Amino acid sequence: MAEMLSPKERMKIQRQPMPEQPPLERCHNFEEVNYGFTKELAITEAQRCLQCKTPTCIDGCPVNIKIDEFIQLIVDEDFLGAAKKIKEDNALPAICGRVCPQEEQCEAKCIVGKKNEPVAIGRLERFVADIEMAEGVPPAPVTAAKKGKKVAIVGSGPAGLSCAGDLIYMGYDVTVFEALHELGGVLVYGIPEFRLPKEIVRKEIANLEKLGVKFERDAVIGRTTTIDELMQEDGFEAVFVGVGAGLPWFMNIPGENLVGVYSANEWLTRVNLMKAYKFPEFDSPVLDCRGKNVAVIGGGNTAMDAVRTALRLGAENAYIVYRRSEKEMPARIEEVHHAKDEGVQFMILTNPIEMIGDDDGRLTGMKCIKMELGEPDDSGRRRPVAIEGSEFVLDVDIAVVAIGNGSNPLIQQTTPEIDVNRRGNIVVDGNSMRTTKRGVFAGGDIVTGGATVILAMGAGRNAAKAIDEYLTENSDWPEIH
Amino acid sequence: MYKIVEAAFLAQDIKKFVIEAPKIAVKRKAGQFVIVRIDERGERIPLTIADSDTGKGTITIIVQGVGKTTKQLNSLESGDAILDVVGPLGMASHIGNFGTTVSIGGGVGTAIAYPTAVALKEAGNYVITINGARSRDLVILEDEMKACSDEAYITTDDGSYGFHGFVTQKLQELIDEGKKLDFVLAIGPIPMMKAVAEVTRPYGIKTVVSLNPIMIDGTGMCGGCRVTVDNETKFACVDGPEFDAHLVDFKNLMDRNRMYQEYEKKALEKFEHECNITKQAIELEKSN
Ligand SMILES: Cc1cc2nc3c(=O)[nH]c(=O)nc-3n(C[C@H](O)[C@H](O)[C@H](O)COP(=O)(O)OP(=O)(O)OC[C@H]3O[C@@H](n4cnc5c(N)ncnc54)[C@H](O)[C@@H]3O)c2cc1C
Ligand SMILES: Cc1cc2nc3c(=O)[nH]c(=O)nc-3n(C[C@H](O)[C@H](O)[C@H](O)COP(=O)(O)OP(=O)(O)OC[C@H]3O[C@@H](n4cnc5c(N)ncnc54)[C@H](O)[C@@H]3O)c2cc1C
Ligand code: SF4
Ligand code: SF4
Ligand code: FES
Repeated sequence: MAEMLSPKERMKIQRQPMPEQPPLERCHNFEEVNYGFTKELAITEAQRCLQCKTPTCIDGCPVNIKIDEFIQLIVDEDFLGAAKKIKEDNALPAICGRVCPQEEQCEAKCIVGKKNEPVAIGRLERFVADIEMAEGVPPAPVTAAKKGKKVAIVGSGPAGLSCAGDLIYMGYDVTVFEALHELGGVLVYGIPEFRLPKEIVRKEIANLEKLGVKFERDAVIGRTTTIDELMQEDGFEAVFVGVGAGLPWFMNIPGENLVGVYSANEWLTRVNLMKAYKFPEFDSPVLDCRGKNVAVIGGGNTAMDAVRTALRLGAENAYIVYRRSEKEMPARIEEVHHAKDEGVQFMILTNPIEMIGDDDGRLTGMKCIKMELGEPDDSGRRRPVAIEGSEFVLDVDIAVVAIGNGSNPLIQQTTPEIDVNRRGNIVVDGNSMRTTKRGVFAGGDIVTGGATVILAMGAGRNAAKAIDEYLTENSDWPEIH
Repeated sequence: MYKIVEAAFLAQDIKKFVIEAPKIAVKRKAGQFVIVRIDERGERIPLTIADSDTGKGTITIIVQGVGKTTKQLNSLESGDAILDVVGPLGMASHIGNFGTTVSIGGGVGTAIAYPTAVALKEAGNYVITINGARSRDLVILEDEMKACSDEAYITTDDGSYGFHGFVTQKLQELIDEGKKLDFVLAIGPIPMMKAVAEVTRPYGIKTVVSLNPIMIDGTGMCGGCRVTVDNETKFACVDGPEFDAHLVDFKNLMDRNRMYQEYEKKALEKFEHECNITKQAIELEKSN
C-alpha cells in the first residue's frame, strides 16, 4: 500500500507524463502512440488527488464516474476494484480513458488544476481498465431473471453497445443490428489503430457476446429490414436507434469530385476498416501517399486522425488547413500536440475555395484564401472572414475533407413517424430518449450531431433505463414537443 | 456466411451465382444491388441483384471477371460461401407505365438491365430490349430477355450474331423507323451509356443510366461513390444508382473509376500468380 501523504505533499507531485512512442518513430507505423502508465506512475499520479469532500471533477464527467473513489482504490493498489468502481458508471473505460476530451471535462473541473496541472483522471481510468482487460477478468454474470422481452438495437457504436450491455443485465433478450461487416461504429471505422487499438473494441464486444447479446452484421435497417418489420414481424417490443452521424459533408466548391479528393469517412474507412495500409495483402487500396502532399481540411478530431494517417502512409508533406485559428480548433489538445510532434504542418486561417485538377481529372492543387477573425458567430467563436486578394495555390496530390458529418436519412425515410429536426437529427424527449414513434428510442450522434464517445455511451445507458421503464412500468407515450 | 447454391458460367468470364440470402430475396426490387465481401481480406464490391426466388430465399447475381475480386468470385463453386452479402441497397428503378420503353444492356450490363426490363413489362409497357456484346459467344441472357420483351434485338460488334454494330446504331435505327420511344434505360460500359445519351438527347427521349462508381459501404457513409449530375454531387449508392443520362458528367465518372487502376493491376497480378502456384502445387502432388 502506498504511503499516506499530506495535501501539501500531494500538491508538490508533478503530473506524471504519459510514456509514448517517440514521434519520429511512430509517424511511420500504426501502433498505439501512448503506452499507458506503469504501476509506479499510476500510483504516483493517483496520490496527487486531494480526495476532495465535494469532488468537482465528477461534475465534469458526463456520466459522473466516482472519480475520487476509483483513484483512492489505485492508491490502495486495488486496481481491479478501481476498474469495477468505474464500470458502475462507464461501460467502456478502456475506450473512454483513451479518447475522452478529458481536458474539457473531468480534468477541467479538478481542483488541483487551479494551481497546478489537474490530476490525469483519463490516464488513470485507462490504466485500470487495461489491467482488468490484460488479466482477462470476465464480465460479471447476468443475475437478473429473464424478462422474455426482445429489444432491438440499431447500430453498434458506443451508444448501441452500452445500451445493449445494460439491457442484457436487466434480463432482456437483446439483438444488435449493424450495417457494416464489423462491429463498433466510429470506434472501428473512424478512430485509427494508433489511437485506439481495435483489439480493445473487439474484446468489449466479445464480452457482450458472452453475456448473451446477439449481433447481426450486414443488416442495414431501412433496407434489409425496417423498424416497423422488427416490431411487427420479428417481435421486438422496443427499439433503440444509435446509428451515429454518418453522412459526410463536403464544401461544395468547384473540383471537389476530382480524383484524389476524399471525405474523411472514406479515407479513414479505407485505412481502418478495410486495412488499406496493408494493400495488397488486403484487397482495398488507398492512394499511395509516399512522396506526396496531402492536405486535410478541418480542425476536429477527425481531421487530426486523417492527417496523422496520411503521415503514416508516407506523405512527404501533411497539412491541416483550417479556416479559424488554432484556439478555435475543436480537436483534443493532446491530438493537436501529437500531430505537431509528428511533423504535421498547420495552415490556420486558410480556407480552400477550389480544387484544381489535370486533364485526367486528378487533383494537383488547392486554391485557398487567407482568413481573419471577425465578430463572434452563433457558436460564440469568432467568424472567419476572407481577406480579399490573398488567394494562393497549395500544391497537393490528395485532399481529405474533414468538416463534419450530417445524419444519414435511411431510417427516417423508411420510418417517417420518427421526427427529425431541420438538421436531420432524431428528435427525442430529453429525459426518456423517446422518439415520436411508440416503442422507439434514440441516442448518440444521431440525436446530438457529431459529439463524443462518452456522451454516446451515456445516452445508450439512459435509453436502457428508459426502455426498461417503458417495458415494465409505464408504457405511456406522451407527445414530444 | 452466405451459401452459394448454384454457380455456372454464362459466357467466358461471366458467371451466374444463386446465393442463399432470404431476407434480401424478399426485399429486393429491380435496380437494387448487394455489396459482397468474399473473405476477411476482401474488398467490398457492389453487384446488381439480377433475380430472386422468395420461396427458396435466394438471390441471383451475374458477375463479369474484370479484376481481382470478380475473378476470385468467379472461381467459387456451388457449395462455397461468401463472407458478407449486404442489401438490398440503392433506390429501386423508377418503374411506371411509360408506353414504349427500350432497355439496353451492354456486356454484363445486360444482367443489370434484365430485372428492370422484367419490371417494365409487368408495369404494362411495350418493352424493346437491345442486348449488345462484342461477339456471339459473349451474349448472355438471350432467352430471358426475349421472354420479357415485345421486341428483342441482339447486336454484336463483329457481326457474328444478330445486328452487326453497336447498340446505339440499333437504337438510332428504331428512332429512324419512326417508333415513338418514351423511355430508354441503358446499362453497360461508360462510353456506351454516354453514346446512348447522345443518341436520345436531340429527341428529348427520357433516358436513364445505371452508374457504376467505386463503392465501399453502400449506405451513404463514405461519399466515395459520388457522381456529378446536373452539376450537383450525388451519392450513387443512396441517391442512385440510376440517374438521368442527359445530366450525368460521364468524364468525371470515368476519371474517378480509373482512380486505382495501377493498384488493381497489382492486385490481379498477385492473385493470378498465387493461383498459378496453387495449380502447380496440385499438379506436383498429382505427379508424385
Ligand atoms: C475520426 C473520428 C474521430 C473521433 N475522435 C473522438 C475522440 O477522440 N473522442 C471522442 O470522444 N469522440 C471522438 N469522435 C466522435 C465519436 O466517435 C462519436 O461521437 C461516437 O462514436 C458516436 O457514437 P454513436 O454510437 O452515436 O455512433 P457511431 O459510432 O457512429 O455508430 C453508429 C453505428 O451505426 C451503424 N449504422 C448506421 N446506420 C445504420 C442502419 N441503417 N442500420 C444498421 N446500422 C447502422 C453504423 O455503421 C455504425 O456502426 C470521433 C469521431 C470520428 C469520426
Ligand atoms: C451499383 C453497381 C452495380 C454493379 N453490378 C454489377 C453486376 O451485376 N455484375 C458485374 O459484373 N459488375 C457489376 N458492377 C461492377 C463491379 O462492382 C466491378 O466490376 C467490381 O467492383 C470490380 O472489382 P475487381 O476487383 O474485380 O476489379 P478491379 O480490377 O479492382 O476493378 C475494375 C474496375 O471496376 C471498378 N471498381 C473497382 N472497385 C470497385 C468497387 N469497390 N466498387 C465498384 N466498382 C469498383 C473500377 O472502375 C475499376 O477500374 C456494379 C457496380 C455498381 C456500382
Ligand atoms: S469518462 Fe471521460 S470525462 Fe468521465 S472520468 Fe473518464 S475520462 Fe473523465
Ligand atoms: S477534483 Fe481533482 S483532486 Fe479533487 S477529487 Fe477530483 S480528481 Fe481528486
Ligand atoms: S459507397 Fe459509401 S457513400 Fe456510397
